[in-house]
Amino acid sequence: MAERMSLKVDGKVHAIEADPAKPLLYVLRDECGLNNPRFGCGLAQCGACTVQVDGKAIRSCVTPASSVQGMEITTIAGLGTPANPHPLQQAYLDQQVPQCGMCTNGFLMTGAALLKEIPRPDPHQIRGALSGLKCRCGTHLSIIRAILQASGQKAEWEGHGEGEEA
Amino acid sequence: MNAPVPAPESVSLARRRFLIGAGALVVIAPAAAHAAGALKPGGASPAAKPALHPAELDSWIAVSPDGTVTAFFGKPDVGQGVDVAIAQIVAEELDVHVDKVAVVGGDTDLTCNQGGVSGSTGVQMGGRQMRLAAAEARRLLVEQAAVKLGVPVERLSVDGGVVSVVGDPAKRVTYAELVGSGYFHAKLEWNNQMGNGLIASGKAKPKTVDQYRLVGTSVPRRDIAGKIFGTFEYIADMKVPGMVYGRVIRPPVAGAVPASVDESSIAHIKGAKVVRKGDFIGLVTDSEWGTVQASRALKITWSDAKPPFFDDAGLYDYIRKTPAARSDMGKPVGDFDAAFATKGARTFAFEYEWPFQSHSSMAPACAIADVKADGVTLWHSSQKPHATSEGIAKLLGRPVATVRSVSVAGPGSYGRNDAGDAAADAAILSAAVGKPVRLQGGRADGHAWDPKGAASVHKARAAVVDGKIIAYEFMSKGFNRADVATAESNASDLLAGQLTGFEAPPAYGFGTPEEAYQIPNRRMGWEAIPTLLAKASPLRTSHLRDPLGPQLHFASEVFMDEVAFALGADPVDFRLRHLTDPRHREVIEAVAHAGRWAPGPAGTRQGDFADGLTGRGFAYSQRGDTIVAVIADVVVNQETGRVWPIGFYVAHDCGLIVNPQGLKQCIEGNVVHGASRACNEEVRFDAKNVTSVDWATYPILDIMEAPERIEVILINRPERPPSGAGEPSTRPIAAAISNAIFEATGKRMRRAPFTAARVKAAKSLV
Repeated sequence: MAERMSLKVDGKVHAIEADPAKPLLYVLRDECGLNNPRFGCGLAQCGACTVQVDGKAIRSCVTPASSVQGMEITTIAGLGTPANPHPLQQAYLDQQVPQCGMCTNGFLMTGAALLKEIPRPDPHQIRGALSGLKCRCGTHLSIIRAILQASGQKAEWEGHGEGEEA
Repeated sequence: MNAPVPAPESVSLARRRFLIGAGALVVIAPAAAHAAGALKPGGASPAAKPALHPAELDSWIAVSPDGTVTAFFGKPDVGQGVDVAIAQIVAEELDVHVDKVAVVGGDTDLTCNQGGVSGSTGVQMGGRQMRLAAAEARRLLVEQAAVKLGVPVERLSVDGGVVSVVGDPAKRVTYAELVGSGYFHAKLEWNNQMGNGLIASGKAKPKTVDQYRLVGTSVPRRDIAGKIFGTFEYIADMKVPGMVYGRVIRPPVAGAVPASVDESSIAHIKGAKVVRKGDFIGLVTDSEWGTVQASRALKITWSDAKPPFFDDAGLYDYIRKTPAARSDMGKPVGDFDAAFATKGARTFAFEYEWPFQSHSSMAPACAIADVKADGVTLWHSSQKPHATSEGIAKLLGRPVATVRSVSVAGPGSYGRNDAGDAAADAAILSAAVGKPVRLQGGRADGHAWDPKGAASVHKARAAVVDGKIIAYEFMSKGFNRADVATAESNASDLLAGQLTGFEAPPAYGFGTPEEAYQIPNRRMGWEAIPTLLAKASPLRTSHLRDPLGPQLHFASEVFMDEVAFALGADPVDFRLRHLTDPRHREVIEAVAHAGRWAPGPAGTRQGDFADGLTGRGFAYSQRGDTIVAVIADVVVNQETGRVWPIGFYVAHDCGLIVNPQGLKQCIEGNVVHGASRACNEEVRFDAKNVTSVDWATYPILDIMEAPERIEVILINRPERPPSGAGEPSTRPIAAAISNAIFEATGKRMRRAPFTAARVKAAKSLV
């Protein structure tokens, strides 16, 4: 049966009624009217639904909405704005990371949580933190470059050749 | 009539900038425009936009009074940013700032049928047409300017959409001031082809390459900010007033059909309703979550179907022993048989195997269909929106002109994935419930039920004299390359069609490698076997990124390596011995130089790494006029057999480069996707059904296994037209990795994927 719940999402409180077992993903999409947490698998295997709860990246497709009441839920839209982007969002822009972009919530929100924990992660730490997240377009190297850039480390492109922009 | 539907951000800019009527900029979204008939072909007043037609310049380019330009492109972008390249090409010809050009891609009411996303032709063929149209638009605008300014055309130049007199820049007029009625009403000469081959040109001569200022620069993509700030609207985010939420239920045994349904099993879910039509069964509810719950709860008794498959361990035996439905054994070139019998020739013969593979896009496909008495609108992520409208018109028994089909950004697309089927399923549900239906499948719909890349066996044979191959035979036998056509323009090519009585035998075919090796006596051929289940098979095949390319060139380029090794030849030098085309040689030499390839016999490029053996392999291939050469570095863990493709050097020649940064990222994606397919991907099945139903049962390359570096060497050929980059660099990756594994371990991987268990179990040949 539906219960009254209060969810704090991107700083805004949503008073809603929903089945307490309903996954957070669907509550965010249906009741809170947000689009950006995405359905990819519904099995916690891909990360397309990732949001942060009290700063930790979680898979909203398998998290009961009732279990995160009173906690700070942050979606990718709450991480930063075009005027005031999170450093990793800025790095994603600079590195032109997404192709289809459906993996963005997973890697960006998990990456941002990693940077909070380890401000200058090495590539191995980055890979370890992001392991399990899926990207089908093959943008993995761009993602790693973006996290290196966001943490103030060198993230240069290794390509060269005549086609290089002057 | 529908209320306006917000257009996804990727296209909304363009679509909201329509000039409707003289001089008025009207903000309008596509669904509203459609509902109002404002943009419908044929509905015209004299000042109105001419009906959509390839021979109408207005069908390609629009200039608004505010100076913005809209390019109507018959191919959607599916994640590689081809829209930016098109904007560059159009802006270049028109001499406007690239930010002033909006690209509308893939809408049957707004764009001509350019074949959709297809065969790496976005820039190659789609861009060619947009260049011609933009050049003609510029010519006409400059002609008008000449009249207005009272000077001959030769004295005018254009910059930023401003036409001015050379040497007297105060004399000027903007495109915006010139647009007049807003439409060109100008005819183009059309070659009467639809699809990739469509050409419609005017009198204008496009710029020569030396005049380019914008083409060849790294203009950034337009969709990034929306995607990272959470404002980008994908197909899954679209909402149409009154829409309900649907899903199709697939059988537990492939080929089983619903015998009976207990509708009361979902009666407790709001808005739940079962839809049956023929063997099709689906449902709708009032919400996304309701549909997920209902699809789990619905009790269906399925027919007692005989399991149509077998244990996949027997896949390659099955291919070998099954009679071909069609074959083309190829014409022998030269004195083929005699050459193999040459006295003193060394002969080699090896076989290679490639599994079924899945698109498994990041999310199962989503689509919205609104089937009304007077017209149908489909929103989906199919690569080929025009084909989708044709196929679904036939499915619904509607005239195709009444079916509008709009491609909206979705989870990435690498060929014919599950997107077209989703649109057809939504259409059946919408027709049945009389409401717009948003359909999205579960994970298994994207993994188990998408059309598959074909499994195959390849036999290569060669005779060598004096270190060169004098005779070569390459024969493939595989599942048909496309059981369902890659353009879903017939109902029989859709799952929904097959389940509701549309049947047509597939066009059987396979393919041969594309290569430039100069071998005087040769023969290449193929045999295609039918799918394992004729109707609604989860193992039906269609095109998956670089259709057949990875499997054919895995076989042909590992074979070249095998021969090089047997001869004690250098793998790079051995290829070069058989190549005369200077472009091909240059690409190979470029990658050898960048990768500091050390000359020496095959089988000598191994080393030690922290947790394994390293090896370095080479492969090269062409796809049409695009040539790619690759050096792969791998680390193979001796204990587990796990392969880490740690680095790649990729030399890439696709003619003129339009956007270097976009091209590099496109190549990177191809390489990682190719490595994933080579090392990880294999659709599993048992007697009853496909058992690869999610990411656990269809593992792909994890970021832990992603390369540390991909060094891309772009070879720009301004003198040659762009020849496509969306697929070619996928092609040689599996061979390069297999060859590198051999260098590291002496194990010759002739069956893909090179999983840890398979590599561990393989025996070293050295």
